[in-house]
Amino acid sequence: MLKSYETVLIFNPVLKEKEVQEVIGNYRELLKSYKADIVEEDFWGLRQLAYPIKKKTTGFYLVLEYKVDATAIDRLEIQFKRDENIMRFLTIRMEKYHLEYNERKRRGLAGRNRKKTEAEKTNEEGQQQS
Amino acid sequence: MNRNRNRGRNNNNKEVRYLTSPKIGQQRKKYCRFKKLGIKYVDYKDPEFLMKFINEQGKLLPRRITGNSLKYQRRVAQAVKRARHIAILPFVTDLLK
Repeated sequence: MLKSYETVLIFNPVLKEKEVQEVIGNYRELLKSYKADIVEEDFWGLRQLAYPIKKKTTGFYLVLEYKVDATAIDRLEIQFKRDENIMRFLTIRMEKYHLEYNERKRRGLAGRNRKKTEAEKTNEEGQQQS
Repeated sequence: MNRNRNRGRNNNNKEVRYLTSPKIGQQRKKYCRFKKLGIKYVDYKDPEFLMKFINEQGKLLPRRITGNSLKYQRRVAQAVKRARHIAILPFVTDLLK
């Protein structure tokens, strides 16, 4: 049975952007071999870490949302663990509201880059005037 | 001069006056922001939002301060812990805000 998962990967900042894309490409292939269905791929780029990991203070972030059979997750995580390019990973089984939230985010209704609705915009303008 | 001041005081006695605003002692009713705003999912990838639930040292704030319902406090805690794991929030720090 296919289940939805979300994985956050932190890549080593020593890599070049191109190399990171290569590694990501390999994982795309790997996921394909597990018959996974990639819903979304969000590459954040180089980002400052809140604390050093393996003496590095930055890292490339990648957020993947995909549907895959539960048995593939173990194998996938072993790959993550073995890969030296990956400093940290986090895989989460997505629940109902998480899926809903991501869907809304894709349409620009939730999250950090949320577009404001008309009602909110007029509200803000009113506040500025008063 | 002295007489003038006394007259002023007598005028004040007619109405009840407080030195401090009576609203200061009153507690504002706490509420769960998730229930009020209809937020159903706590995103662990959004540090700005999670900042509201941790103190300067990066520790989780108790429910009695945030006013979260138990259900959402649990979810906030889970989200903060996930955010720490992926180095979006620090485990220990000083002067976070």
